[in-house]
Amino acid sequence: MAKKTQPGTLSKVLLRVKRYWAAMIGSIALSAVYVAMSLYIPILVGDAIDCIVEAGHVDFTKMGEYLLKVAICAGTAGLSQWVMNVLNNHVTYRVTQDLRQEAFRHIQDLPLSYLDTHPQGDLVSRMVADVDTFADGLLMGFTQFFTGALTILGTLFIMLTIRWQIALVVLCITPVSLLVARFISKRTYSMFRLQSRTRGEQTALIDETVGELKVVQAFGHENASLAEFDEVNDRLEKCSLQAIFFSSLVNPATRFVNALVYACVGLVGALSAIGGAITPGVLTIFLSYANQYTKPFNEISGVVTELQNALACAARVFELIEEKPQTADPADPKVPETVEGAMEISHVDFSYVPEKPLIRDFNLSVKPGERVAIVGPTGCGKTTMINLLMRFYDPQQGTITLDGMNTREMTRGDLRRCVGMVLQDTWLMSGTIRDNIAMGKPDATLEEIQEAAKKAHADSFIRRMPQGYDTQVGEGGGSLSQGQKQLLCIARVMLCLPPMLILDEATSSIDTRTEMKVQNAFQTMMDGRTSFIVAHRLSTIQNADVILVMRDGQIVEQGTHQELLAKRGFYEQLYQSQFAH
Amino acid sequence: MRKLLRYMKGFGKECVLGPLFKLLEATFELLVPLVVANIVDKGIANGDTSYIIKMCLVMVLLGVVGLASSVTAQYFSARAAVGFASRLRHAVMQRTLRLGYGEIDRLGTSTLVTRMTSDINQIQNGVNLTLRLLLRSPFVVFGAMVMAFTIDTQAALVFAGVIPVLCIVVFGIMLITMPMYKRVQQRLDSVTGNARQNLSGVRVLRAFNMEKSQIQGFDDSATALTASQMSAGWVSGLLNPLTFVIVNLAVIVLIRVGAVKVDGGVLTQGLVIALYNYMSQILVELIKMANLIINITKAVACGNRVEALLEVRPGQKNGEKTDAIQGGVSFENVAAGYPGAAAHSLEGVSFTAKPGQTVGIIGGTGSGKTTLVNLIPRFYDTQEGTVTIDGTDVKELDQETLRASIGVVPQKAVLFHGTIRENLRWGKEDATDEELWDALDVAQAREVVKGKEGELDAPVEQGGTNFSGGQKQRLTIARALVRKPRILILDDSASALDYATDARLRMAIRNMKNPPTTFIVSQRSSAVRYADEILVLDDGKLVGKGTHEELLQSCPVYREIVRSQFPEEVKDNG
Repeated sequence: MAKKTQPGTLSKVLLRVKRYWAAMIGSIALSAVYVAMSLYIPILVGDAIDCIVEAGHVDFTKMGEYLLKVAICAGTAGLSQWVMNVLNNHVTYRVTQDLRQEAFRHIQDLPLSYLDTHPQGDLVSRMVADVDTFADGLLMGFTQFFTGALTILGTLFIMLTIRWQIALVVLCITPVSLLVARFISKRTYSMFRLQSRTRGEQTALIDETVGELKVVQAFGHENASLAEFDEVNDRLEKCSLQAIFFSSLVNPATRFVNALVYACVGLVGALSAIGGAITPGVLTIFLSYANQYTKPFNEISGVVTELQNALACAARVFELIEEKPQTADPADPKVPETVEGAMEISHVDFSYVPEKPLIRDFNLSVKPGERVAIVGPTGCGKTTMINLLMRFYDPQQGTITLDGMNTREMTRGDLRRCVGMVLQDTWLMSGTIRDNIAMGKPDATLEEIQEAAKKAHADSFIRRMPQGYDTQVGEGGGSLSQGQKQLLCIARVMLCLPPMLILDEATSSIDTRTEMKVQNAFQTMMDGRTSFIVAHRLSTIQNADVILVMRDGQIVEQGTHQELLAKRGFYEQLYQSQFAH
Repeated sequence: MRKLLRYMKGFGKECVLGPLFKLLEATFELLVPLVVANIVDKGIANGDTSYIIKMCLVMVLLGVVGLASSVTAQYFSARAAVGFASRLRHAVMQRTLRLGYGEIDRLGTSTLVTRMTSDINQIQNGVNLTLRLLLRSPFVVFGAMVMAFTIDTQAALVFAGVIPVLCIVVFGIMLITMPMYKRVQQRLDSVTGNARQNLSGVRVLRAFNMEKSQIQGFDDSATALTASQMSAGWVSGLLNPLTFVIVNLAVIVLIRVGAVKVDGGVLTQGLVIALYNYMSQILVELIKMANLIINITKAVACGNRVEALLEVRPGQKNGEKTDAIQGGVSFENVAAGYPGAAAHSLEGVSFTAKPGQTVGIIGGTGSGKTTLVNLIPRFYDTQEGTVTIDGTDVKELDQETLRASIGVVPQKAVLFHGTIRENLRWGKEDATDEELWDALDVAQAREVVKGKEGELDAPVEQGGTNFSGGQKQRLTIARALVRKPRILILDDSASALDYATDARLRMAIRNMKNPPTTFIVSQRSSAVRYADEILVLDDGKLVGKGTHEELLQSCPVYREIVRSQFPEEVKDNG
């Protein structure tokens, strides 16, 4: 498998580098200048030294000219190398930024079924750590590959002009060096992949443990968590050692091949010197060029190892980028104009895993402005209903229509814009309180935000916070209580007032006194808005237009509060259990 | 960074042998020119073919020995670097696991994750390269200078002059770029933070059509990261060109000085060539070193971040008492608050609960209920007053003993990746299946487990995404019960349960053999009404204490809460 992915990954990388072709050409041109200068300097120095013959015979003027040239060449080489470095940085960091952004954008299109089943830490590791390693490898590749290759070509050219017979010997042995490098790197690719995968696993574990550190501590689970961490850590240590050690063999191995080259040149050169074909002086020059010639092979083979690692990491990023996105929004979407709020669910079948059907042949018709309450025992599928209404998941069978329009023919954005949602699982983003409330209406003024917060009865506690509305809340809401977070989530919806509402246990963490006040605000808000309310406290839904009683993914009863009580069925049981203290 | 070196302990052998074999390899490499000189001077001059062949074989032999020592060097340095990184990760994890709640709030998750992953990877890289190259390069540089002195003192002064200049350039660039690389890692933190947040809040973000602004936010932090990487790259990219120019200028000076000397008959042309060769060798080594320096700079910047984390001292000092806990809890005039908050979130709270009693805590959102119960397992420390358990101040109790006898069910139901059994065993590592089922029965969670394929071995996704909110809550309650705690804290942890289940749960806890002292934090008056004592909190103050009946008479806030839930009852009483 490793063999198959590698070239594929490489071409994908090249495709993304292509965008920066101008900088790349600049970089190659500058590296050519740098190599030419750095190869020319020894010749100039040699010429300068030739002006120093012996005591009394030193041509200072000529030497001065040569030395001036050396200074100019060195300056030019230095400058072009610096600009080349800057260009290489530019390309590398732009490419990695593009890659991160591409991955991030793709995640926005991934279905929730993928995100719900993949550890968050692993995805983060792909976007951050893997891309980072990729950047390191890519940068090293750019900086050393071209200069290395050009140096090889340059020295080869000089050697061929001096004595092509010996140059041929060098040429014949070089492929051995490349073969050795290839042999090793082929084997290390899979080791790097294993390392990268183990790293992902470890990051997922770290993310989970650190993310829920408080729970870990509450259970005194520190040692067990550490043991679990150590197990992965030990595995990572082993496979890292393997990957790093084997990949680091490339350098010594090619260096050894170079030593062979050197010895061969020495042998052939010395023997031809005995025959008088060359002078000892030429042999010395030749040996020093042979040395110069082989050095870049070391560098390039080093680059090859780094690239192995980089490609292994890139492959994981591409895996994410190429993950199948959710079904695309229709090309020619129907746009809801004035939303009445009539929902029609017909013959819907749905399950999270194909083997376990959850909802079968679900039918429901909701008139505009109706209040639909969904009740039922824990785990009966209430949350699934919301997943379907919001199109977080799509049903396998059947249709859901809004004002007669199939929701699949609308864009998800348009659909969700029509719906305000407050979930039981409160979530705040890191930012200010103000940002959090203005989520659904980013251009809201402070007055509007305060108005919404007042309606949600959140204004008073916000005012008591250190910086009021500009107080920063950390990741996950920091030190706010669940109830306070829930009030902020309610204020969010109060601010944007969409035509439809979904309230999933929206007030479960709020104390009942505040809840009564919030409920009043909800009542006003629900007037003329189709609403879906999931609740445990049956008292809060008694005046719903229709109550759906769910059990095991099915609607078992349906009707108003009075009708359902009169039925003396499952609803009545639930109701009694709440009031029989 | 220096303090991190203690994690290198145990790899002393590797740290010595790695560079040593590297030097050995360098020495063998330095021998090659001597062999060549012999070939020229003896072999070619005498036309001795067999001598030439012999010397070439010697070169091959030197290559083999060089290969062997360099492979050894690579192995030792890889082992030391990887082992070091692995120990460091362990140490950081250990440290992190023992951070106090206050420190966790302050630091945030993202930076902890980057420090343990990306930062340590950089350090590993740096250590590996350092062991391989750091000794070798100065060895060659100073070796070349020493050789120059043996040829001519005055000419060698050029070396003595240029080496400090090179040092200034190398270390100057290191010093300038270090804070820049630190900023790069900080910005990487914010990229990580953006990515994590986007995944954890995916439902809400999609519901509010926030994809575009999320992308905008991510792009901003990615662009900022690139900008800081670029500016660090501008400076560190100067290293190689600058050294190249400086060394070549030194060559020019060297040849001029040499020329004057040769002109005066002090030196020969051959010796000038030798001096030039030594200068070239320095250049070659410096080029190798430049890459190393950049890596070391990054590694040191990352190392400092990791060190900073390791140096976060927990705000709490552990107590020493390990006496078995019975479960009596008492608060005396306690005040507490979150660090950085303007006002105390709890003030002047006093009450006493005897072992086995049930205490209900009720009050408005943000009234300090959670703060109160967080003080019992000493997740936070009080700012005033004392919390005692069985008459002992919690600050004097050994934390492990204390927390091992408390079962906490937090507001947010969190399960971990693994199986149901593994999750339940968090409460007690060696719990038998029977104990687990007992706990599940009390927590009303038997049917949850029965309903899953594989029952106790059913898989749990990260964050428990394959369970509904109510199922998760019941499992977290079971998890707390498995350890048969002496004190049980239910922090509004039945909010996703329907009333019937909630009532059965409370009944089951009451009927346990030797029931724990139970704290029930709730919004629902039905959940606390049968408690032995109910604490009514309002805005961080204890405004009522007593039984349901007593409070209905004496406490207006309590009366109002009950009225909001059971309007008929209060009318009857009032």
